[in-house]
Amino acid sequence: MSDSVEEAGKRLPAGPDPLLRVRGLKVHFPIVKGVFVDRVVGHVRAVDGVDLDVARGSTYGLVGESGCGKSTLGRAVLRLVEPTAGTVEFDGVDVASLKGEALRRERRRMQMVFQDPMSSLDPRQSVESVLMEPLLAHDVKPEGGVDAHVRRLLDVVGLPGSAAGRYPHEFSGGQRQRIGIARAIALNPDLVIADEPVSALDVSVQAQVVNLLEDLQEQLGLTYVVIAHDLAVVRHVSDTIGVMYLGMLVEEAPSDDLYATPRHPYTISLMSAIPIPDPDVEDLRERILLAGDLPSPANPPSGCRFHTRCPFRQETRCDDEVPLLRTLAPGHRVACHWAEEVADGRITPAASAFDATAVPTEA
Amino acid sequence: MGTGRSEELDLGQAPGRPGRAAYDGPLLAVDDLSVTFTRRGRRDVRAVDGVSFAIRPGETVGLVGESGSGKSVTALAVMGLLPGRGVRVGGSVRLEGEELLGASDDRLRDLRGREMAMVFQDPMTSLNPVVSIGVQVTEVLRRHRDMTREQASVEAASLLRRVGIPDPVRRLKDYPHQLSGGMRQRALIASALACRPRLLICDEPTTALDVTIQAQILDLLRQLVRESGTALLMITHDLGVVAGLCDTVHVMYSGRVVESAPRRPLFGSPRHPYTGGLLASIPRLDAPRGAPLHPIQGSPNDTIPWESGCAFAPRCEDRVDACTTSAPALEVRGNASVRCWNPLPPPGRTAAVQEVRA
Repeated sequence: MSDSVEEAGKRLPAGPDPLLRVRGLKVHFPIVKGVFVDRVVGHVRAVDGVDLDVARGSTYGLVGESGCGKSTLGRAVLRLVEPTAGTVEFDGVDVASLKGEALRRERRRMQMVFQDPMSSLDPRQSVESVLMEPLLAHDVKPEGGVDAHVRRLLDVVGLPGSAAGRYPHEFSGGQRQRIGIARAIALNPDLVIADEPVSALDVSVQAQVVNLLEDLQEQLGLTYVVIAHDLAVVRHVSDTIGVMYLGMLVEEAPSDDLYATPRHPYTISLMSAIPIPDPDVEDLRERILLAGDLPSPANPPSGCRFHTRCPFRQETRCDDEVPLLRTLAPGHRVACHWAEEVADGRITPAASAFDATAVPTEA
Repeated sequence: MGTGRSEELDLGQAPGRPGRAAYDGPLLAVDDLSVTFTRRGRRDVRAVDGVSFAIRPGETVGLVGESGSGKSVTALAVMGLLPGRGVRVGGSVRLEGEELLGASDDRLRDLRGREMAMVFQDPMTSLNPVVSIGVQVTEVLRRHRDMTREQASVEAASLLRRVGIPDPVRRLKDYPHQLSGGMRQRALIASALACRPRLLICDEPTTALDVTIQAQILDLLRQLVRESGTALLMITHDLGVVAGLCDTVHVMYSGRVVESAPRRPLFGSPRHPYTGGLLASIPRLDAPRGAPLHPIQGSPNDTIPWESGCAFAPRCEDRVDACTTSAPALEVRGNASVRCWNPLPPPGRTAAVQEVRA
């Protein structure tokens, strides 16, 4: 097993030249007490040592439950929060150590799409002004003038040119999200981080935005990091998916592999918990229920952080030994001591983890 | 241990209300319900328009729709929780034959909590933040079951244990902010179940929760229905939740039911273009990847009034001329009811046509 750990280290440059390379990234938020003098009494370990590579032109999906650190990871990559440790290499430049003007210039190439399109647009700023602001801030003179560029952006995201003079409240949720996307691509960035880009939208509108993001990637050669809690959406858009639990990456795999052969017990449980809109599938599915809630990231469990809820938990190793991400198949990394045994069926989940209403499918 | 295991959740063995006077009809019958919000100087807004459905004991009925489709207002109207002013409610809502619309406030207060209960979407805003969980759960017991404080707190602890809250005696002293989202929703369900209501209305009970917690709550509801014969009205926008839980599904659009069907036909062969569109536009975890999604064009705000046609017509790909001139009625077609001039073809029809030709 130890040689597979070494393999993981060797394999890591995922492609020949990843656009984004994150190594040992940690973001700890201090917990402060005291009235006059701030006393640090502990840290919330929102992100606690994440390594990942995002290949140029690909989409990396980050999934996990609320509080697992996926949004903080996204923001730390853009330096919207300060990383506590680790490096974020963007096209060969370590963003985590950049300062002042150099950081500002690098930001031009990294943009973000936020979850709630209403609160991420200034209600008193017209759409034209929203889209012009990044150009002015970075002193970019687009071909054919700013106005033409704004029209072009609106056209690309599927809004009429007349939208330029209007204000955010005049648009529906889906249209507002299109404005947010137009703002993100205004500077022709290389990397776009989309934090829950569709979860605030109506079901029938989500697909429009998902398709738009895919079209833009094709047209503009964008690289995406899509952060979402909805594994179905993430699987649809991503080439590679990373599953996070309590600040750590527990599994990373090509999108199809992750669905076909999830290896980490958390991923297996997460997949089995996602409802599928098909009664025949729902009735026959074997559900694995996780006990309890996410533990506090201020005081994460020892050993494997998932062991308090893991249906496959074993007597040894799980409680006291932190599992490392190991490569089990090409591009498929799993942080579980017993991943092989779980995959072979040599370890089965505790009987209590099965949903009593599901039809048992195995002896 | 947070999950509702069957051995812990013995709601079935709990002494239920034994057979009342034989009543043959459905437990809840909603007939031609309409809710209109009026405001001086503004056009009336008809949020619910001629909605009819029935629920039998032990049955789970789903009410599906997007925001603004009127599903929550329907639930509030059934519970009698709409404000008294500025609202016109028409039609009829009968619980075991008893008309609820127009019933006195006293009578409704008697029924609410005892015969019918509701679980709201956001457990943080529907629990009182300055009152302990114990008081909020025992309140129902003391009001409806005339228990003393001591009896009620023993019963409340056992309720919390049954819905899967660990260490319930300590939790009774906690305040809502000390509980996690899933725990709060469980506490809310516990207080809704306190008097073993025969009708439970859940308005998006899992939307604010993570999927693993959602799975726990849905499992709990499923057991409840199976073991205690509670009738469950499930309001949600998530078709996945409906697929695994509901017997019958009503799809609402712009205040009216556009399709009603048992869940298998509904998901297997949706007849209304809106239902079909919804199913085609959501990415499925088990679908082959790379297949593009087919979104419904426009947004839920692009409607025309039902008086002048089909509200879905502006977004519909199968629109015909009749759609924008007159409103379709809810017609029975096979085992479903569909409100559409040009419904999607039933399954196997193309095959049948080919057979005839051959």
